[in-house]
Amino acid sequence: MNNRLINWFKYASPQSFYPLAGKMIPWFVALATVFGLAGLWLGMVVAPTDFQQGEGYRIIFIHVPASWMSMFIYLVMAFWAALGLAYNTRLSGMMAQALAPTGALMAFLSLWTGALWGKPMWGTWWVWDARLTSELILLFLYIGFIALQASIDDPRRADKAGAVLALVGVVNIPIIYFSVKWWNTLHQGSSVSLTKSPSMAILMLWAMLLMALSFWMYSIAVALYRARTIMLERERGTEWVREVLQQEGAK
Amino acid sequence: MSIHWNSFGEFLAMGGYGLYVWGSFGITAAIMFMEPIIAVRNRKNLVARLKRQARAERNKEQ
Amino acid sequence: MKPRQKRIALIVAGLVVLGIAATLVLNALNSNIALYISPTDVAAGKAPQGKAFRIGGMVKEGSVKREADGVTVNFIVTDTEKDLLVAYKGILPDLFKEGKGVVAQGKLADGGTRFVASEVLAKHDENYMPPEAAKAVGDAHQRAADNKAKAEATGAAGTAPATPATAEKSPLKTGY
Repeated sequence: MNNRLINWFKYASPQSFYPLAGKMIPWFVALATVFGLAGLWLGMVVAPTDFQQGEGYRIIFIHVPASWMSMFIYLVMAFWAALGLAYNTRLSGMMAQALAPTGALMAFLSLWTGALWGKPMWGTWWVWDARLTSELILLFLYIGFIALQASIDDPRRADKAGAVLALVGVVNIPIIYFSVKWWNTLHQGSSVSLTKSPSMAILMLWAMLLMALSFWMYSIAVALYRARTIMLERERGTEWVREVLQQEGAK
Repeated sequence: MSIHWNSFGEFLAMGGYGLYVWGSFGITAAIMFMEPIIAVRNRKNLVARLKRQARAERNKEQ
Repeated sequence: MKPRQKRIALIVAGLVVLGIAATLVLNALNSNIALYISPTDVAAGKAPQGKAFRIGGMVKEGSVKREADGVTVNFIVTDTEKDLLVAYKGILPDLFKEGKGVVAQGKLADGGTRFVASEVLAKHDENYMPPEAAKAVGDAHQRAADNKAKAEATGAAGTAPATPATAEKSPLKTGY
């Protein structure tokens, strides 16, 4: 037990996490590519027409993965933030900062593809229903987090302020998820959830899950990459960063 | 697992929803292309800056 | 308590307070968060008077009628309990169909018996399947309904329980 604890803390230090992340990134890129190509082939080339929405339903293959990731990344970000507040570890703030831009882009993609889907099917780009509004609030939370961190010069204080904001915003995640259950919304319910069998044809479901996996792997890869940059920046002047910089030159 | 489309034109038209479907996929592709490029550029800029600073410090010491 | 434990306790307490606050706020907002009200609500007088609001329900089968001018559409929105006649002038979304979900924005007219809509949106369900599969499901439902009707017809003389066939699922309640 004691041994394992020590190991965890070892990887929680930027200087040992940096090379580990560097080794992992190519794998996540490869997985994202493989899952993405398989998902696109299944979803865009093989999957049949939908009985209600014709070919227009194919937007689901990015809309749902982007929406899932926008919520999931926020949860991970808040988790790191909480860890940082509780244990004051250096890595936590860096990870939260690295995740935020990807989360914001996912939230934007969710809203963008949703608008392009809503116009032909519902008859409107936008409606102030609970699901759409709470997802817009999520985008603002990400932007607020990024802006708040950028506005404070001292990284440790920036982390603390950002962490508080991230934790406050967590209440929004269940609101997004359950909004279609709790209130009358224009947005339909979930096709895939933990509590019931999916209401999608199996081929469509597989395409969507593969795309979701691809988005997941992509997010990890790009967030780890960004985290490595943040580590170099924040730990500049330390011995390990000096060594890393020397190796960069040798390449 | 047969191909759903009869022609490439049909694939592009997406049953009349082409604008909406490709508008969604296009922006997503653009973002997933640009985000890594910006991340790589930021890192390169940082490494160059840190190296310049390290050199400047070494020169000062000598 | 060590400082670290104190910090954790503070964070947990903060989150609990926040959760409670959020619950209270949401509760207060609850009535305003609903995008639309049902024809039953309208019949019960819950609709705002003289103000625009949204109604939601299902387009009643066989109720869609176009007027002679070609742009005005009349249809009935139902929640299977109450009906409301809706008049709308404009383009309908692709998924506007009889028997499917609809949300319309507008005002009550003629003493609350008619709803004049300025915007009509289609509300679809969360089912995705190829047309053949949808047809198979529809056929199966039809067969089940037929069988039930037959069983009730023959069982009426006997002691079969006279539970009425459940009405078709309301679009308001799908996707839960």
